[in-house]
Amino acid sequence: MDSLQLFTRQTKAISTARRSLLVIESIPGIRYNEIVDVQLGTGETRIGQVIEVGKVTTVVQVFGGVSEVDLLNSRVRYKGETLKLPVSGDIMGRIFDGSGNPIDGGPPIVADTYLDINGVPANPASRMPPAEFIETGISAIDGLNVLVRGQKLPIFSGSGLPHNKIAAQILRQASLKGKSEEFAIVFGAIGVSYDDAGYFISNLEETGALSRTVAFINTASSPVIERLSTPRLALTAAEYLAWEHDMHVLVILTDITNYCDALRELAAMRGEIPSRRGYPGYMYTDLASLYERAGRISGKEGSVTIIPILTMPDDDITHPIADLTGYITEGQIVLSRALERKRIYPPIDVFLSLSRMMKEGIGEGNTREDHNNVFMQSYAVYAEGNYLREISTVIGSEALSDRDRMYLSASDRFEEEFISQGEKERRTVEETLGRAWNIFSMLPTEDLKLIQEEYIKKYLPKAPKGSIGEEPR
Amino acid sequence: MGKIWKISGPVVIAEDMRGSQVYEVVDVGDGRLQGEIIGLENDKAVIQVYEDTVGLRVGEPVTGTGEILMVELGPGLVGNIYDGVQRSLVTMMDDIGDFLVRGVRTDALDRKKKWHFTPSVKAGDMVQEGDIIGSVPETGLIEHRIMVPIGTQGTILEISEGEFTIEETVASLEHEGTEKPLTLMQKWPARKPRIYKQRFDPEDLLVTGTRIIDYLFPLALGGKAAIPGGFGTGKTVTLQQMARWSQTQLNIYVGCGERGNEMADVLHSFKKLRDPATDRLLQEKEIFIANTSNMPVVAREISIFIGITMAEYFRDMGYDVLLVADSTSRWAEAMREIGARLEETPGEEGFPTYLGSRLSAFYERSGRVECIGKPERMGSATVIGSVSPPGADFSEPVTQATLRIIDVLYSLDVALANKRHFPTINWLQSYSLYADSVDKWWNRISPDYNEIRDKALITLQREAELEEIVRLVGPEALPEDDKLVLLAARMIREDFLMQSAYHPVDTYTEPKRAHMMLSTIMKFYSLAEEATELGTLVSEISSSKILPLISRMKDIPNEEFDDYMKQLWSDIDKNPFV
Ligand SMILES: Nc1ncnc2c1ncn2[C@@H]1O[C@H](COP(=O)(O)OP(=O)(O)O)[C@@H](O)[C@H]1O
Ligand SMILES: [Mg+2]
Repeated sequence: MDSLQLFTRQTKAISTARRSLLVIESIPGIRYNEIVDVQLGTGETRIGQVIEVGKVTTVVQVFGGVSEVDLLNSRVRYKGETLKLPVSGDIMGRIFDGSGNPIDGGPPIVADTYLDINGVPANPASRMPPAEFIETGISAIDGLNVLVRGQKLPIFSGSGLPHNKIAAQILRQASLKGKSEEFAIVFGAIGVSYDDAGYFISNLEETGALSRTVAFINTASSPVIERLSTPRLALTAAEYLAWEHDMHVLVILTDITNYCDALRELAAMRGEIPSRRGYPGYMYTDLASLYERAGRISGKEGSVTIIPILTMPDDDITHPIADLTGYITEGQIVLSRALERKRIYPPIDVFLSLSRMMKEGIGEGNTREDHNNVFMQSYAVYAEGNYLREISTVIGSEALSDRDRMYLSASDRFEEEFISQGEKERRTVEETLGRAWNIFSMLPTEDLKLIQEEYIKKYLPKAPKGSIGEEPR
Repeated sequence: MGKIWKISGPVVIAEDMRGSQVYEVVDVGDGRLQGEIIGLENDKAVIQVYEDTVGLRVGEPVTGTGEILMVELGPGLVGNIYDGVQRSLVTMMDDIGDFLVRGVRTDALDRKKKWHFTPSVKAGDMVQEGDIIGSVPETGLIEHRIMVPIGTQGTILEISEGEFTIEETVASLEHEGTEKPLTLMQKWPARKPRIYKQRFDPEDLLVTGTRIIDYLFPLALGGKAAIPGGFGTGKTVTLQQMARWSQTQLNIYVGCGERGNEMADVLHSFKKLRDPATDRLLQEKEIFIANTSNMPVVAREISIFIGITMAEYFRDMGYDVLLVADSTSRWAEAMREIGARLEETPGEEGFPTYLGSRLSAFYERSGRVECIGKPERMGSATVIGSVSPPGADFSEPVTQATLRIIDVLYSLDVALANKRHFPTINWLQSYSLYADSVDKWWNRISPDYNEIRDKALITLQREAELEEIVRLVGPEALPEDDKLVLLAARMIREDFLMQSAYHPVDTYTEPKRAHMMLSTIMKFYSLAEEATELGTLVSEISSSKILPLISRMKDIPNEEFDDYMKQLWSDIDKNPFV
């Protein structure tokens, strides 16, 4: 992008280079946190960022290290500006790299305006609580962990689990119930493999969604510093489309684990005192500066919904990346290796999953009046069955009462008929709720304590419904 | 005027700053970002900046304001929404729009609005610090009592009823020949506790409407409590519930480093929900402080002190005030970040070594006191803070430091959250040191309180022990009396402790009703004990028609509750096991 190359000033006096840091004599007009070019004696250029500005010295972190910096012949070029993204309506359908340069062979963007990629926090008093139900067509989400417009709901995955498939299915199927409006899609690939990035792009292409997509791609082989700018560019584009062009924007960011690892790598090179597992102490705040860009604003039409994807190292949900994310996002969709082994797709662990915005998005007028009751009763039944399954592995299911065995089989059916579905299968929310009712119908009615009597009368199948194995998967 | 000399994150060092004082508020840079001096050395000042410093340059101007950071106290606080440094977010929304651009100043209190002041003293009266000289009806629920500022006394020369702005003189005092005007507004430094006459032990129940809290682990007016738990365990919902329904006169909600959407949710719901006792909008008894996680980190530290200063101010009027702070961990992390920038020697996990003392400086400002000034009055400030331990591991420094300070612990449990048992307050790990002093309060509702509470707790404890056996031999292998313990414990858990924040009736239970509910369960349990001794099987008891009726107690609207219970008790008295 031309604006990024327009470096106006340069300095020559580099006094020390150690680890990744360059200490330079005072530079007039350089700004705290700006991105600079470091030109080496060999002619090679590296990117750096100003991490401390002083009257006497300025410290620049050079990405890619300072091994070949020769103090005499290297120079720092800077423009006295922080990183900005040029935007206009023409960004739709375009693909950029992690610095915002087009990589799809198309022309550069003729900017309507330049936006600071760090964004500006929304006034909490101006926010509108997210409430509009997004039908993803996936029962485990629409029934039990509802996604609403303006929410940030990550997928917590593990290596080898089908998070990309699920995210692609959501992108294909997500719609507002009863409305034909389509989402604009912003895709930010952070340090992912070329194949993973390609998977999403070709998926979007196949469904014809590419023309309403803006993609920012930083693959594993691209510069590490751009892992930090990629999500910010993506969110800047999303905010622009939502707040200036009234669009409903769905943002996919993958993989946040690569983002956090880049943050750790750069912090370590600065010699900062690390916090848990080597990640910087400010990682919570840093991640919040990304995720909190989701939302709705009173009086504005558009919305920003964010689905970040992360792979939990060792499948460990207490790992700082998952932990801090869960502390910021409005819930999480957690994938389970155990369900994956049972060949259940999508392998969503509904106990560990949560949607904090659910209550606003369900019920009469949104989904259906009985939704909240069905949701609570489903958890109660499935939790009981799961507990019994655990103890029956020790004592054997023969040692259980008839009632307990009935709960065991209800929870099996729950996995097979409710959670499990096809990758191309798109269920309406009514169908999702109907499946839960079918399972309830095998239990004594008195056990449905969490459902109001009028709904039991209205929705409970009159005769117990058997398994529906013959239904299309 | 000074100039920026160095910038490192939220910490800026300025030169040519001779004549400044520590804690002075300064304007930093061309964009006039708000900062506060936290250290001085020769002509240099170390400044923590309350706004994002990205883009600042060396040499930009730094101007002192000559004032230290003061909390503005007066009519206009209630119903307002503030950021971490008491800028009104409502005013900012009107002035600059939906996004928080940097360098904007707004007054905390509206300077133009007129309030109706009615004096309660007259010319010639001698008044001392803390004396109430009159009042302003601030909202339908809060009568804002105007007090003589601390450090001021004298004889009233003039005082009159009328419409005043917060800066106009409502009264003038004469003391040793000098005249002093009094206004509706006063100011107080946030980090300094306000004074009172005498402190008393908390002894009255703070009614929250959450059954497990009020009945099993009661909070007392003037008490201090903490609520630690991993993400998704219900810290925020529990605190929101308390801020909604607590039968205190004023509630202060401090959202510190948490979600924007959550804040929006609270703000919107308080515009709609009504206080159960007075049927007035909740907004009329609430002050909000919202410093969300994407807002500047440094402001988190001061936001909590601003909140507690407001709490003390209303306590001094003779009110019972509740302050909830979500989350104190984000507050501690802000201190860690500043500490690291100042290159202080870190303590455990990088937190500053003064973490514990700063935490107690906050919690210790709670209390039940005899207020300073006339007329004689009691007031209380109750404080409850959430703690967000990394990985839900309570051995971390913030949780541990907090446990040493507080008197009530609501320990939230991830396993319960996964099963969607809410609130997830773990009944084996939580405690309240006020249980013994508020039982007098409870005994006014029922003399059986202690007995029922004890039996419920013992039953739950027994269940936990039996649970271990069940995992080895299965539930069917237990003797009948133990099976009955499991059934009773399950009823206590599901039909009493579980409470939905989202059900219109269940969300708030008044103490008398809570007592009725639990005594019904315990009564059923006693009858079942007698029956099992006589040979009735627990499998028969658990198919009793009474059980579903007990389960539905929660959802019965208040106006139908008494009739429902009468019917239920007569059914129980007849023969519960058919
Ligand atoms: N009392 C309650 N009743 C119903 N649901 C609750 C209750 N407490 C918590 N929840 C559920 O748990 C979710 C997480 O609660 P929250 O308070 O946001 O957790 P935390 O602040 O500990 O991360 C909520 O979004 C809600 O779905
Ligand atoms: Mg919370």
